[in-house]
Amino acid sequence: MENLIALLVAAPLLGAVVLLCGGRRLDRVGHWLGTALAGASFVVAVVLFTDMLGRSADDRALHQKLFSWIPVEGFQADVAFQLDQLSMTFVLLITSVGTLIHIYSIGYMEHDERRRRFFGYLNLFVAAMLILVIADNYLLLYVGWEGVGLASYLLIGFWQHKPSAATAAKKAFLVNRVGDMGLSIAIMLMFTTFGTFAFGPVLEATGETSEGKLTAIGLMLLLAACGKSAQVPLQSWLGDAMEGPTPVSALIHAATMVTAGVYLIVRSGAIFNGAPDAQLVVVVVGAVTLLFGAIVGCAKDDIKKALAGSTMSQIGYMILAAGLGPIGYVFAIMHLVTHGFFKAGLFLGAGSVMHGMNDEVDMRRYGGLRKYMPVTFVTFGLGYLAIIGFPGLSGFFSKDKIIEAAFAKGGTEGWILGAVTLLGAAITAFYMTRVMLMTFFGEKRWQPDAEGHDPHPHESPKSMTIPMIVLAFGSVFAGGFFSIGDRFLHWLEPVTGHSHGDAPVSATTVTAATMVVLVIGVAVAWVMYGRKAVPAVAPRGSLLTRAARRDLLQDDFNHVVLVRGGEHLTRSLVYVDHSLVDGVVNGTAASMGGLSGRLRKLQNGYARTYAVSMFGGTAVLIAATLLMRAV
Amino acid sequence: MSFPLLTATAALPAIGAVATAAVPAARRTAAKWLALAFSLGTLVLAGIALARFEPGGSRYQLTESHAWIKDFGVRYELGVDGIGLALMALTALLIPFVILAGWHDADPLETNSSRWRPTQGFFALILMVEAMVVLSFVATDVFLFYILFEAMLIPMYFLIGGFGDRAHSGSDENAAAQRSYAAVKFLLYNLVGGLIMLAAVIGLYVVAGTFSLSEIAAARADGSLTMATSTERWLFLGFFFAFAVKAPLWPLHTWLPNAMGEATTPVAVLITAVVDKVGTFAMLRFCLQLFPEASKWATPVVLVLALISIIYGALLAVGQRDIKRLIAYASISHFGFIILGIFAMTSQGQSGATLYMVNHGISTAALMLVAGFLITRRGSRLIADYGGVQKVAPVLAGTFLIGGLATLSLPGLAPFVSEFLVLVGAFAAYPAVGIIATTGIVLAAIYVLVLYQRTMTGPVKAEVQGMADLKVRELVVVVPLIALLIFLGVYPKPLTEIVNPAVQHTMSDVQKKDPQPEVEAAK
Repeated sequence: MENLIALLVAAPLLGAVVLLCGGRRLDRVGHWLGTALAGASFVVAVVLFTDMLGRSADDRALHQKLFSWIPVEGFQADVAFQLDQLSMTFVLLITSVGTLIHIYSIGYMEHDERRRRFFGYLNLFVAAMLILVIADNYLLLYVGWEGVGLASYLLIGFWQHKPSAATAAKKAFLVNRVGDMGLSIAIMLMFTTFGTFAFGPVLEATGETSEGKLTAIGLMLLLAACGKSAQVPLQSWLGDAMEGPTPVSALIHAATMVTAGVYLIVRSGAIFNGAPDAQLVVVVVGAVTLLFGAIVGCAKDDIKKALAGSTMSQIGYMILAAGLGPIGYVFAIMHLVTHGFFKAGLFLGAGSVMHGMNDEVDMRRYGGLRKYMPVTFVTFGLGYLAIIGFPGLSGFFSKDKIIEAAFAKGGTEGWILGAVTLLGAAITAFYMTRVMLMTFFGEKRWQPDAEGHDPHPHESPKSMTIPMIVLAFGSVFAGGFFSIGDRFLHWLEPVTGHSHGDAPVSATTVTAATMVVLVIGVAVAWVMYGRKAVPAVAPRGSLLTRAARRDLLQDDFNHVVLVRGGEHLTRSLVYVDHSLVDGVVNGTAASMGGLSGRLRKLQNGYARTYAVSMFGGTAVLIAATLLMRAV
Repeated sequence: MSFPLLTATAALPAIGAVATAAVPAARRTAAKWLALAFSLGTLVLAGIALARFEPGGSRYQLTESHAWIKDFGVRYELGVDGIGLALMALTALLIPFVILAGWHDADPLETNSSRWRPTQGFFALILMVEAMVVLSFVATDVFLFYILFEAMLIPMYFLIGGFGDRAHSGSDENAAAQRSYAAVKFLLYNLVGGLIMLAAVIGLYVVAGTFSLSEIAAARADGSLTMATSTERWLFLGFFFAFAVKAPLWPLHTWLPNAMGEATTPVAVLITAVVDKVGTFAMLRFCLQLFPEASKWATPVVLVLALISIIYGALLAVGQRDIKRLIAYASISHFGFIILGIFAMTSQGQSGATLYMVNHGISTAALMLVAGFLITRRGSRLIADYGGVQKVAPVLAGTFLIGGLATLSLPGLAPFVSEFLVLVGAFAAYPAVGIIATTGIVLAAIYVLVLYQRTMTGPVKAEVQGMADLKVRELVVVVPLIALLIFLGVYPKPLTEIVNPAVQHTMSDVQKKDPQPEVEAAK
């Protein structure tokens, strides 16, 4: 059975190679081929999953070693896979949502002449993401890690002729590289500490080293997670990444890739468990991002950017949960899965709306769309109810568990974290209700596009609506299904471990509090956007609103400090290299060897004469040595 | 006596050079094919050497030894270890691509000129460089190596000064002046380095009484040859200076951007991918092996210079407006990594450095040659003159991107393997150095992606409109290089297998052991 693991990756990888190298003759079938291979990977995943269920909880991990990758003295890196419950969860999420989004893209990208290439990139992404989650060591994980970064780069910049898309793609890659530096250093630290970077040996030996080492490794892993999962301070790329086609936003920048940071931290649980200081930083990053993303989400009029803020915020929840240690690991992953369903569904819904509205993204130009796009409205609406945590839907179960776990951290910290997660839940209810109202309710505020075409909103084709319906099912039922009899907990516990913590308040109280803040959030949004007509032009807004529209000034900061500063630095270095380094070295040589006169001659045009005389010298030298032999 | 395979591998391109130069003026195309045939023949011989080499065997294999200048004990002595073999194979591999890429770069501008034979000269010089570089990788006699180290400057000088890049801004006269400035600068820097090395070579002979690498190493090992600390350090400095100029190491690097910018693209590849490797190779072979104590003494300074090269080179690459100069500065950054790996003196660092030399050769060749195809089409080296190329020439843009991704060491491509080994090797010995060097991976992403964005994406510039995509000849150049980058990124074992034993020998030369991991050491 373990021999099937490589097949998971092989199928989409084959698709990527064939589609990207195949040329125009594959244009007509490319999208079908890409979808079929993503689907094949899903089928393999299901087979492996069924097999895994048939074995006892402690005996579920499968291993497959393909070959020795970098054999160097004292350094062993293998291309080897490990499929345990945690990896399996991701594999199922990636291949199922991945396949659905392939299907959706068939319709969404129908009129794009480069559709074949789009599917090639999507397949490349799926393959890299699978490598990331089934690698059995950190270095191979790194391959997947940067592989998804590459796919993300290619897909954000898919419409490269738009300078904004090309810039956004570059930005995403660069910010992620800063995070990758963290992953590099973490792996190096593991190597010098444990002599290996394979999951098994490293995670078993964490007890044998100092807390300081574990803290250092943990913080470096967190830096990596911040890059990939768009957490403060490396969050700035995610909003811009919405330049990519919407299926990309759904798959990569909502459901799967951006959650890789959560995977990394949960996978490295043993390291973080031994490093409370690092865990504290993880929790703080999660809490800050949770609020940061939520605030940004409130101020955006671009539907995709509002959802992107929401994604940041929801991943903040997961990171926070992961930072809680064994209290939160399982719930971080559970929220990750349910979020994967409803956020992917919401993005596909947004794409469907844009599809019907001449690619308009400004929600101030939507309004009243529920009558024109009933399927989109219902599926998006279910996703909306799920994300705000409406009782009985997926988000209700998974988010509630995180809020409980935050309180269960205990002490003052527990109260602070609990309060933050509750506040986040209120803001989530507010901004999502705002999106819902501005898009589907109220008066029509439609405007003709740049070429003067009036929008004729219509329901999207079946290839698009069916994936939305499937994801809506997940949004509704997944959370409940996972929670009945603590199924998800029992499934993951053998890998991640679990502890109940020390809850100062009962679960019922937490749920009640969550319901209260939910109602408040929805009510405030209704007062502001439901009861009153939405102005077609955004009002000036308070200072906070204006800052939030500019992503809380993150780019302004980066621009002034990093971009400007960097430009000045490189420009002055170019000057220094040309006049100083070159000059000093030439000058030293000149003063030592009396070359200055010759250099002046060189500038006077005697270069050739001079060079020839130098050759003469060398030639004589060589001739002399040859002659000596003869003598 | 067995067949002198190494001599044959070096002699074949030399014969090819003479044969190519002798082709009559009118038969230009025949000269090109002849040169290509000889370079392919050399590749076959290098392949045979690879096949005959036994990784677990003695340190130097395929050895040849003949008396040459008896009075001074100079011998014609050849032999390869895994490191020399890998680099010889790299050289033999790249030259056919260099020739193919430069197919039209030396066509005479006036077709009726009958006496001047630039095309024949161009390809003959390339083969001459190949012969000398191959021989320098297999020479185990210090004096023989020195002669080659110096002699290869001659064909290189003519290649840089005599065959400029036709894409230049400003007048032809101005371009010619810049070209000869670049060529003379190249020559002066390297000659000064060489002269200082000559002094050290003579000094070594005075101390050791022989030029033979194996004899000196054996004498040092059994204690029959001892050097005073100061003598060893002076000699080390003499050798190291010459190699640092060639490598090039900051602050001796300023000749490289001029030379690579002004030379034709294939010659730029020849400089950075092949000839410069002699410098870093020689650090491993001569500095570490002949002067282990002095090498360790100099390590702190060399590591700092390497770090400066990595970061300084990358920052300057970010600031360049000229595509070829950008790649030149990127190479300076990469040479910093190679030198860092060598002087970290760990198994991972040195294996990484050797792999880095090979991988950098292939990746720079891929990136630079595609850049050359681009520049030839538009007639400009300035980044600002491009925009939106991917729309009109997607294959060109795609291969350029892959070359760029290799340059920024994307996992899955060969340079990642070597760069990570260098970093981990440096980190194991000097954690702070490893961490500082890691910033290089962010800077590399900046210069590569900014270059790609400005040239390939965005609206199609008017001058780029109608640009043709890669032709068959160009694809034949690029596709195998890319395939190799992927293969060596996924399965570098064939390379590490031959390199590892050589690195272990070097490690025992310098009497260094790898730092033990904390947890295993505790057990």
